Amino acid sequence: MSVPLNYYLMLSAFLFAIGLCGALSRKNAIIVLMGIEIMFNAGILNLVAFWHYKLFASLTAQMFAIFAVAIAAAESAVGLALVIAVYRHYKSVDVDEMKSLKG
Amino acid sequence: MDEHLYELAKQQWLIPFIPLVAAAIQSLLNRRQRKLSAALSIGALSISCVLALRAFAGTLGEHESARAISDFTWFTCGTTRLELGFILDPLTATMAAMVAFVGLMIFINATGYMAEDENFTRFFCFMSLFAAAMLGLVVANNLLFFFICWELVGLCSYLLIGFWYFKPSAAAAMKKAFITTRIGDIGFFIGILMLYWHGGTLNLYDGGHGALEQAGKLATITGWWGMSMAGTIALMLFFGAMGKSAQFPLHVWLPDAMEGPTPVSALIHAATMVAAGVFMVGRMFPLFTAAAGDWVMDFVMWIGCITAVFSATIAVAQWDIKRVLAYSTCSQLGFMVMALGAGGLVAGQFHLLTHAFFKALLFLGSGCVIIGTHHEQDMRKMGGLKKYMPITFWCYLIGMLALAGVPPFAGFFSKDEVLLETYHRSKWAWGLATFAAFLTAFYMTRQMFMVFAGKWRGREAEHGHGTGHGHHHEPHEVPWNMWLPIAVLSVFAIGLGFFGGKYAHYLGGEETGLAEGKGLVMGLSVAVGALGIVLGWVIYGRKTMEHATDPDPLQATIGGLFTVLNRKWYIDEIYEATIIRFTAICGTFFRLVDKAVVDGILHAVAWTFWAISQIVRWVGDEFLINGGFDAGCGGVRGSGRILARLQSGRVQNYFRVLSLGAAVLLLIYFFTS
Amino acid sequence: MNEFPYLSLITFVPLLGAAIILLLGKTNERAIKSVALLTSLIALGLTVKVWLGFDPSKGLMFEERFAWIPAIHVDYRLGVDGLSVAMVLLTAIITPLALLAHWKLDRDVKLFFFLFLLLQTGMFGVFTALNFFHWFIFWELGLIPMYFLIKIWGAEERTYASFKFFIYTLAGSVTMLLAFSFIYLATNSFDFMELRERASSGELMRAINVLVGDISGRTGLHINAACFASMLFWGVFLGFAIKVPIWPFHTWLPDAHTQAPTGGSMVLAAILLKMGVYGFLRVVLPIFPVQVAAHLNLLLFLALASIVFGAYAAMAQTDFKRLVAYSSVNHMGYAMLGIFAVVASATNVADVVNEKAAALNGAMLQMFNHGISSAALFFMVGVIYERTHTRNLAEYGGLRKIMPIYAGVLGISMFSSLGLPGLNGFVGEFLIFKGAFPIVTTVTLLATIGLVITAIFLLSMIQKVCFGPLNEKWKALPDMTGRELLIGAALMFFMFWIGIYPSPLVHASNQAALGLIKVFEGAPETMMALGR
Repeated sequence: MSVPLNYYLMLSAFLFAIGLCGALSRKNAIIVLMGIEIMFNAGILNLVAFWHYKLFASLTAQMFAIFAVAIAAAESAVGLALVIAVYRHYKSVDVDEMKSLKG
Repeated sequence: MDEHLYELAKQQWLIPFIPLVAAAIQSLLNRRQRKLSAALSIGALSISCVLALRAFAGTLGEHESARAISDFTWFTCGTTRLELGFILDPLTATMAAMVAFVGLMIFINATGYMAEDENFTRFFCFMSLFAAAMLGLVVANNLLFFFICWELVGLCSYLLIGFWYFKPSAAAAMKKAFITTRIGDIGFFIGILMLYWHGGTLNLYDGGHGALEQAGKLATITGWWGMSMAGTIALMLFFGAMGKSAQFPLHVWLPDAMEGPTPVSALIHAATMVAAGVFMVGRMFPLFTAAAGDWVMDFVMWIGCITAVFSATIAVAQWDIKRVLAYSTCSQLGFMVMALGAGGLVAGQFHLLTHAFFKALLFLGSGCVIIGTHHEQDMRKMGGLKKYMPITFWCYLIGMLALAGVPPFAGFFSKDEVLLETYHRSKWAWGLATFAAFLTAFYMTRQMFMVFAGKWRGREAEHGHGTGHGHHHEPHEVPWNMWLPIAVLSVFAIGLGFFGGKYAHYLGGEETGLAEGKGLVMGLSVAVGALGIVLGWVIYGRKTMEHATDPDPLQATIGGLFTVLNRKWYIDEIYEATIIRFTAICGTFFRLVDKAVVDGILHAVAWTFWAISQIVRWVGDEFLINGGFDAGCGGVRGSGRILARLQSGRVQNYFRVLSLGAAVLLLIYFFTS
Repeated sequence: MNEFPYLSLITFVPLLGAAIILLLGKTNERAIKSVALLTSLIALGLTVKVWLGFDPSKGLMFEERFAWIPAIHVDYRLGVDGLSVAMVLLTAIITPLALLAHWKLDRDVKLFFFLFLLLQTGMFGVFTALNFFHWFIFWELGLIPMYFLIKIWGAEERTYASFKFFIYTLAGSVTMLLAFSFIYLATNSFDFMELRERASSGELMRAINVLVGDISGRTGLHINAACFASMLFWGVFLGFAIKVPIWPFHTWLPDAHTQAPTGGSMVLAAILLKMGVYGFLRVVLPIFPVQVAAHLNLLLFLALASIVFGAYAAMAQTDFKRLVAYSSVNHMGYAMLGIFAVVASATNVADVVNEKAAALNGAMLQMFNHGISSAALFFMVGVIYERTHTRNLAEYGGLRKIMPIYAGVLGISMFSSLGLPGLNGFVGEFLIFKGAFPIVTTVTLLATIGLVITAIFLLSMIQKVCFGPLNEKWKALPDMTGRELLIGAALMFFMFWIGIYPSPLVHASNQAALGLIKVFEGAPETMMALGR
């Protein structure tokens, strides 16, 4: 009658993989941030899918998803602010240049 | 015991105390308070003099050997009390009266002699202190108290010899005086210790328990050097007297002490302090007589005899007016000591008294001469002073006759007694002493002619031709405050001799009773005195010196011997080459021992420890411990460096590794489940 | 017993003052100096109170005692008796004067006065403490500030001198500490008074025998108990002998004195040396009577050597301060002679107790006297050094002309040191000689050489400084200032007081002296038997 859970999970996995690829391989910090956001959304999609198939009781997953969305928003705001701060300092958003944490 | 005498004895402490208070006040005065200082000195000593005369008068009416004491406790040590005390007996009474009176005369004279000195105030402070110490010594009934005062008079002597401290010669003389007497004092000190040990007390008289009253007991104990303990102690005490009374071979300080102002020479180095040694032997005489079987008395007599002759020979060839008198003092002190050694307490003490008067007179007279000639002391540059200073001349003449032993002056009687006592003890000593008496007459005549006869050979005579201030250098008579004391003293120099018999009775309570040989001794003494005077006139008086640069007439007569005498038998040089050099070498030696041996060992020990520590450091610490530790540290650091490379600082790298790890974990999960 | 704790107060008031100084600003020099002086004056006031309240017939007074470390039987115990009361007084007198001598100090003022007060606590502590445990702390406390005083404010060769002083004294302390550790092992006690009683009853020697037997049993070594006890004695002896100092352990002294600042020299000579002599009275004689008696001849020789060799060495010095320093060796030798004379048995002397009492009282008086006169002499050296910046005797000359007051004070101090009757030095020396002469006649006779040599070098000294023609270089030197005169006058007051009326001091020490003599009353044979 409807789409089985596996499809959602597959989609979510693809989304996560895309996000991961973006976060790992791109040099631009904003794109890395976007990749992380995609991984986030993959996770949220999972939660919502699980809820839909009643794998969790009541509204627990829903609440998780809403929290996650809110936190993702905050996180991206903070992340962007950091990127701007980094840009001001280094005049670049290339993550390879940011290595002052080197041991 | 007489109550009155006892009351007087209880007040004996006032005699030294009043000048002491004066000295204490004077020490706080400043330089400008000259009159106050002199007034304090003279006033205090006048009071002491009155007290001493009162005490003297108190003893006069007494029966023989009247004696009163007054002791007090100084402090308690162990279970014994250390007592000090005062005594009043004939010996003390006469001595105290003499010291106070002669001292007073000298003080008055000093106001003139020191009139131009800037440290006038300080001078009288020292003089008062001296008077206090000397009077304290005289009234002491305790050998410790005696010794305390004995050292204090030594201190005052030191301070006053060096009164003109800026002169190197005075600075050297003061030190020499103190140290030479100190050497004798060590003997004295040991004597005191021995007496305290064996007698159990230092009180001289103590109602039968005093040290002197136990002399008989001490004579039964075996002492050192083949003598009884009494003899040993007496000998030790006599060493102190040798230092203080300038007996050979410790006489060397006295002539140098003439660096002090002349009143000091008169008071300390003629009348009182140098006589303290003789007084001490007199004071301790029961101890000496108890040791009659020992050789100590002979020793005392011969030391006195040698000093008398030896110093008299030196006095013959001196040019300094004060040095002649200084050696004469030495010689006369030798007479006194000789008399005591011969057993003649009365003779010795009587000669001490008469000598104090006429020698003080002579010294003050020489002081007048020095002032009158504007600080000239070389007799060759004097002459003809009879014309310029008549009063001084007459007084000096009296003193000279007294010293030369011309009858009926005081010195004749007392010296005669001395010779008589010696005659009975030893003919040899008597012969030598008579020779010394001859020399005495000779050198005094020499001095008289050189100073007072002929014409003035002083500075004015030599280069005073029309310089304009020629008359300024001309000798002049001294003011009254200088000649009055010597006039008073000359009265005593004339008259005192007649009291010899009374004095003997008063002091000893017995006549000397030596009649045998009296005529011979007296006749010979007068004869040699006359011979000396005549010889003096022959050499110096017939034809007086013309110029200060002329050779001494005596030099022509005895030639090289004169030089030896003039250089004082080279005693100072001998001491310089032996004892003094030896002491200095000892000092250097022990300094080097400290530097080289003691510190050397110390440094060797230190270096050893240092070397051990270096070995421990390099082999143990640096190589093994530090080396091992460093190696370990190097390993940790190297691995850290390698691992640190992982920390690239690129967040993406971490992320990649993280992802890889997660992927690997996932794969493992899949394949194992 | 536990009345008002005067002694603790005296001991720790300087420490409190030192703490207050630490709180003050570095630049606030006036306040620092005032606090230091005030503190030492408070200590002086308290000490005078103790001195006045001291009754010699009562033995130990002002005693304070409570358990401090019960696990090892250590009591905090303070008290004064005839042996120590004069030393406490001396410490209280000299310290304010030494502080006053540095009133014009302008370098590291805070540190200087802080260290000085610390030093005073150490000195007070040594003379009041009766338990080795905290006594030793005070003993070392006397050492460390002095090291810094020499090292920081000293003259040109201060590094060598301070180092030598510190290491030498410390070496002695170490041997002493070792010896006391063994004594503790044997007796389980650190208390001086207790040890003294045990020693006189022979218990100490028995305890050492047991300990030695125990050690021998465990290690298989054969140790001779008497030899072991002697080693303990020499260990303690070395600690005190270096401090006194007894020849040949004296060479640190001239260096340290010469290089130390004026106040340091004053305190060093006046008090620190006395700590060594005091140790002999408090520790060596009462606790090791048998061993002292056994080694008496050697000890007497060392005392004699201090007197004679010290005097000769002083005579050959060209440095003013070094000469004065050597005179300390000489003077301490007299005190040691007096103390060792007590040990000797003299069966041929009739009134031996009184002779010994004289020697011992004389030795204690000599300690006090030397404290006064050497402090005065070092102060006088300091006065002239401040003006001329030289200590070479040959460079002075004729200073009496321009500095008559200085010459007067120097003269009186010098004669006090020389032992002139009427001043303090004589009384002590007379008593020592009086007592020692019948007991150890030969040694005492030889010691009189020292009296002559002392006179020679002291008179030569003053001749070179004050007499003769004036060295033109010093034409414009000012005489002593009011402050300097105040210090001189205070010291001179004691010289005259003791010289004329020594009764209070002798009275204070007399009973303690008699008590100490009792230890040696028996013949040496019986004393040796005690040990078996």
